Amino acid sequence: MALFEAKNVTKQYGNQLALDNVSISVPEQCIYGLLGPNGAGKTTLIRIINQITGPDSGELFLNGKKLMPDDVQVIGYLPEERGLYKKMKIGEQALYFAQLKGLSKVEAMKRLKYWFKKLDIIDWWDKKVEELSKGMQQKVQFVITVLHEPKLLIFDEPFTGFDPLNTNIVKNEILFLRERGATIIFSTHNMESVEELCDNITLIDKAKTILEGSVDEIRSKWAANEYDLVFDGDVRIEGNGHYNILNQQKDNNKSIIRLKTTSDIPTNDIIQTVMKSGNLISFNPALPSMNEIFIRVIENRNKN
Amino acid sequence: MNKISVIIKREYVTRVRKKSFIIMTILAPLLMAGLFVLLPILMMNQEGDFKRIAVVEDNSDLFKGVIKATKDAEFVYLENTKVEDLKKTFEKDGYYGILYISPELVSTPNAVYLISTKQPPIGLLQHIENSLKKEIERQKLLTYKIENLDEIIKNIETNVTVQTKKLDESGVEKGTSTGIAMALAYINAFVMYMLVFIFGAQVMRGVIEEKTSRVVEVIISSVKPIQLMMGKIIGIALVGLTQFLIWIFLTMAAVTVLKTTVLPKTGPTEITQSIPQNMMAGDQQAAVTAQTKSVSPELAEFSKMFDNAMNQPWGLIIICFIFYFITGYLLYASVFAAIGSAVDNDTETQQFMMPVMIPIILGLMVAMGTMQNPESSLSFWCSMIPLTSPIVMMARIPFGVPYWQIAVSMAIMLITFGGFVWMAAKVYRTGILMYGKKTSWKEMWKWLRYSG
Repeated sequence: MALFEAKNVTKQYGNQLALDNVSISVPEQCIYGLLGPNGAGKTTLIRIINQITGPDSGELFLNGKKLMPDDVQVIGYLPEERGLYKKMKIGEQALYFAQLKGLSKVEAMKRLKYWFKKLDIIDWWDKKVEELSKGMQQKVQFVITVLHEPKLLIFDEPFTGFDPLNTNIVKNEILFLRERGATIIFSTHNMESVEELCDNITLIDKAKTILEGSVDEIRSKWAANEYDLVFDGDVRIEGNGHYNILNQQKDNNKSIIRLKTTSDIPTNDIIQTVMKSGNLISFNPALPSMNEIFIRVIENRNKN
Repeated sequence: MNKISVIIKREYVTRVRKKSFIIMTILAPLLMAGLFVLLPILMMNQEGDFKRIAVVEDNSDLFKGVIKATKDAEFVYLENTKVEDLKKTFEKDGYYGILYISPELVSTPNAVYLISTKQPPIGLLQHIENSLKKEIERQKLLTYKIENLDEIIKNIETNVTVQTKKLDESGVEKGTSTGIAMALAYINAFVMYMLVFIFGAQVMRGVIEEKTSRVVEVIISSVKPIQLMMGKIIGIALVGLTQFLIWIFLTMAAVTVLKTTVLPKTGPTEITQSIPQNMMAGDQQAAVTAQTKSVSPELAEFSKMFDNAMNQPWGLIIICFIFYFITGYLLYASVFAAIGSAVDNDTETQQFMMPVMIPIILGLMVAMGTMQNPESSLSFWCSMIPLTSPIVMMARIPFGVPYWQIAVSMAIMLITFGGFVWMAAKVYRTGILMYGKKTSWKEMWKWLRYSG
């Protein structure tokens, strides 16, 4: 069942259409990627979900019920444009934000101690924000976002500003949160992290949805019948009526070959044919990366 | 806990704990008290600038010795001296200027000149004019050949002081003092101006801080923009009120301390000293009458002033001050919040500040004019127009304002203030999320009409 749904959302700023009839459906305990080039309308959609602005038309549902103002309590939002009060101590500041989310002081304190210890920032409790590194600030912001244990988490570009080590820590925390029952909407330009984390995605461009579905399905759909074959030693194979060879290369005493089928021949038959040429180590469908799909989709659209 | 109160608490606590707040809170009253005490001392000790003035006439000595020396000027009558010669040498000879009286002065009242290299002070001119005027009048009277003229003139010299009484609605007469009303009007208007302006501007800076540090989007995913805006405005109002009350308290304390230590011989101490002297002079009865009648002119003056001050409608003044402070501050603070939300940094605020400053400054100027002429129609209208009414009405009240006018002014204020907060909230809501765009008035007008 979908934890969150947006149906036919449209939003206009002056003469500019920011969202044109966009719908998304986020299943429970799913990591949902919201992709799109700059200015596509992602942030507008996220702001509408957070009820920072309202849609001109369209409806929003949380747990099957209409989204209400009080639902901000069960949503956690890490905006792309994020910051903290520079002159305020981080512990105090985290406490303030937690109280704004409706936590009591005692409860907020308990949870903050837990998270600050977990992310190894407890020693910085009494430091002012201006004394912290950017990565450290990001960690504090992450804690503030998840502290009230929201059912729906929205991360807008969560990894910018993190070094690889901290990126990994945060990635693992996101997966851990999902494990514990949270549903996550995740907006990013970083396609690698999409492949790694996301179950489903929606691609928005120029205010419209142009691609949506599960990551695996999308990649298979765009796979275009290509396969990667790896052989031991120096092996060459020829194309036939059923497939063409796109590329052959040698690497460390292995041969890597990409072929593309031209008929709907079963893969077993291909394998049986190519096995005769040498020792086949692996046979995989060549899935395009999300990055390739992203670029191809947007470029196609711009051409039309 | 209610979210808006969480915001108010943060706005209040972070500001009150700041070093600058603590320093200002302590220093300002000391400076003010210093001013109150030092200013009179400075005014009293202005003799340093003593002036010698040469008085010259053309071939006559009608005005010899007529102009008496004052505290800070003496007049030296030079006989047989030509103005033209003196012009070249008077500065070398240590004169401030030359007073040249031509013989036609009796018939032509402006045939007298004060020649100097500097612009003479007004007090000096008034002294010269008065002295010459009296002398000319005396000389004119002389032509009527009245016996004992000098004695008569001395006899008829009178100083008139108008005592003011005000009739209230029930027909009771009350002693009043225009001086006290003026002072009160001045203080009312000025304090109102300071409070509205200083703390309104703080709201603006707070909004800009939240916007530039990008905290704002995190916050408004938890609370509504209007809650954040109102929380900030109310929090800062409480800071202002706190500071204001501490200032009043500390100023009064500091003035008292300074007066008793630095100026032991003036003011109330002298009055208390004079009472026991009278007590010893005669029996109880006499002492009591002496106290009330003629203890010392200063005491009488002081107690009259005190009575007059007490006759001011203090209850009304306090109620109105609180009302106009709250509504006036809220009105301007919400405009300042809207401006803060529309810009990316402090420097960009300039273009928006001007139109907001104009009504405030106009209000202050009209309030100053009100002290001269409290019934003028300009004062009346400015005490009705909501942008100026907090300042101007507070200046008018010590002079007496009909209740219906206060009621109308307050009603207008309430309606406008509501409208302003509503509009400001709409601009604010859009503005805080806009970055990197130069905002214009036109743009802000568009934001007003966005939905949701």
